[in-house]
Amino acid sequence: MTATHRKKIALVGNPNSGKSSLFNHLTGLNQKIGNFPGVTVEKKSGITTLPDGSAVEVIDFPGIYSIYPRSLDERIVSEVLLDHHSSATPDVVVVIADATNLKRGLLLLTQIIDVGLPTVLVVSMMDLAAKAGISYDFTILSKKLGVPVVPINARNGVGLDVLKKQLTTTTPAHAGKVFTIWNEAQVPVAELREKLQVDNDYEGYLFLEQPESLTFLRQEQRAVVDEIRTRHQFFPGKFQGAETIQRYSFIQDLLNEATLKSSDNSWKKYSAQLDHVLTHKVWGYLIFFGLLFLIFQSIFAWATVPMDFIDEMFAKLSQYLTGVLPEGPLTSLLAEGIVPGLGGILIFVPQIAILFAFISILEESGYMARVVFLMDKIMRKFGLNGKSVVPLMSGVACAIPAIMATRTIDNWKERMITIFVTPLMSCSARLPVFTILIALIVPNQKVLGFFNMQGLALMGLYLLGFVAAIVSAWVMNVLLKRKDRSYLIMELPTYRIPKWSNVGFTIVEKTKAFVLEAGKVILAIAVILWVLASYGPGDSMTQAREIVLEQSKNLRLTEQALEDRIAAYKLEHSYAGVIGKAIEPVIRPLGYDWKIGIALITSFAAREVFVGTMATIYSIGSVGDEDETSIKARLKEEINPETGGPRFTPAVGFSLLVFYTFAMQCMSTLAVVYRETHGWKWPMMQLLYMTVLAYASAFAVFQILS
Amino acid sequence: MAVESKTVAQMRPGEIGIVSGFTDEFLSVKLMEMGCLPGASVRFNFTAPLGDPVCISVSGYELSLRLEEAATISILN
Repeated sequence: MTATHRKKIALVGNPNSGKSSLFNHLTGLNQKIGNFPGVTVEKKSGITTLPDGSAVEVIDFPGIYSIYPRSLDERIVSEVLLDHHSSATPDVVVVIADATNLKRGLLLLTQIIDVGLPTVLVVSMMDLAAKAGISYDFTILSKKLGVPVVPINARNGVGLDVLKKQLTTTTPAHAGKVFTIWNEAQVPVAELREKLQVDNDYEGYLFLEQPESLTFLRQEQRAVVDEIRTRHQFFPGKFQGAETIQRYSFIQDLLNEATLKSSDNSWKKYSAQLDHVLTHKVWGYLIFFGLLFLIFQSIFAWATVPMDFIDEMFAKLSQYLTGVLPEGPLTSLLAEGIVPGLGGILIFVPQIAILFAFISILEESGYMARVVFLMDKIMRKFGLNGKSVVPLMSGVACAIPAIMATRTIDNWKERMITIFVTPLMSCSARLPVFTILIALIVPNQKVLGFFNMQGLALMGLYLLGFVAAIVSAWVMNVLLKRKDRSYLIMELPTYRIPKWSNVGFTIVEKTKAFVLEAGKVILAIAVILWVLASYGPGDSMTQAREIVLEQSKNLRLTEQALEDRIAAYKLEHSYAGVIGKAIEPVIRPLGYDWKIGIALITSFAAREVFVGTMATIYSIGSVGDEDETSIKARLKEEINPETGGPRFTPAVGFSLLVFYTFAMQCMSTLAVVYRETHGWKWPMMQLLYMTVLAYASAFAVFQILS
Repeated sequence: MAVESKTVAQMRPGEIGIVSGFTDEFLSVKLMEMGCLPGASVRFNFTAPLGDPVCISVSGYELSLRLEEAATISILN
């Protein structure tokens, strides 16, 4: 069976309905993240094998409450479900509904049944339902709804066999319909069905209701829909409320008949008791900040072990390649461009994995909704939303997954502000820059007995980034005139023990996304930088060895020191060096010279490159030897020819620290913002804003301190 | 006799009422989708530490909403 003929199964359901558990159960590790054709929404899909031996593609859709989308993320569902004649049209739609909350899940089911695609209802969380004492007559449910119903327990996989078997039989499209379209809408719908390829009335009705979901239609087809809507004065959303009431009254009748036993909610008592503590005035915030502390502690302390290991491995690989491969530009590109570039990406994997382990556990357990609940009022004051907390927290590890996490914010303005300020949160790539500079200018002493001054300085920089993010958000909130309705109507799911395999899948998924997203850019930039640093105008590069030999004839240098000198000479005369010198007048007011200028240029695309460049330029060189103490010692010795004193005075050091706290210096973030906002306007404004902020602050710091 | 209309925002923790209507059309659509329908019973659970948002039980599950949103839901009790 070829991929094009592979059956497509769409998984659709409410958030927290056990959808991702089912998806993980069905597809295991055969998951991949891609994009839906033509739109930028992430598509999570995987392959599962059915009992008859056929392989089918399972597509996981964002959790939704109804077919009327609230956010960008949700719109993809109606886009796919309304388009019945493309290669993306699912062969079967599996709707997952939580057994302990069946009523709300059935609202979505009845809408999907009416759209006319073959549908199967999966009732999940049967274990919880049993504990709560809820039971249903599934035969009646299936008969009345006209679709197959499969009860499952996605936690341990009970019922999955039945579902898989059900998927091997051809599910017929449902013939009946739950919702009767209003008389007023009958005429335009009939007209629409006549002019366009529309399978049934409800689909046509949704064409009129959701003009923004019709991206799959050709221009002239959309014009037809628009014309019919205008001529019949059909206002989208006019009847949506009435439709919901009609559906729920059908569902209530159905449940009255099919419910064998209902629950008195006493099974949720423990959840209410937990809420009593976790949303408590004092304990609630203490626990939340305690958790934040634990997360940061693990990102910064525990992650360093695997990070150092990765760093070392790549340094060794570079050295090894230089040793065994014949000397030449290709070897140099591989050993000094591509391998360090790859290392520069993979070194962040431990931090990202740990962060998403935490976030996923908090989300799985239901606690994340409480964080939103606790923080919403505070965040709203700054033009943000309770849901901005997760992106801002993630931003401490990496802005890329953080910006992707803003999709859950349904208000446009709040989402844009969150995207805009997230890169100001100090990400893990700033850490190596901070570490080396702090080690250089802040004495390693204790104050008040136990506070390490270097630690305090580092904490201060994180705080500075956070304050800058919050203040920028507040300013943007004032400046952005657009007034969208902001609302927070959010389910507070019952607390439960996280399903650990789901946590594992999330870690793999997010890490993969980071490696691929950031990886592409960082690798490309690493190659460009290698070219800029390895080639230069004229023949100064090719003659570097002779010139340095000539200059240091009388110096009795060791071979290593000589090589380092040559490397430094080459960098000075490369294109990167030329650019560094060219921008010197601009950065002089900040206290920087052309050497720092080169580091600013090379770290423009990825700030962590700063340390490596500093190592090369101050000829501590030698591939991979970015030992902190040697860089530090060398930087300390560097003399400012104008003053005769050290180059890295506290003023210069703090100026650099502040610059790196605020400056964008990350091409991957810009690329992600471009993708998420569908244009260059936002990423360019962000780049401009952050550069100006960084420059002005660094200028102020240098001028005040020197 | 004019009946004083009360909203969810004015309820006290533990209080139970019946949804009688909405004062905001845009929000009513979202609320009804979430099972907050006219005639449904609603229990006010607790407020966030800063007094906003609030948590209610409706249709057998817990829903959080801001005070200004809660104020658009009229109740009888």
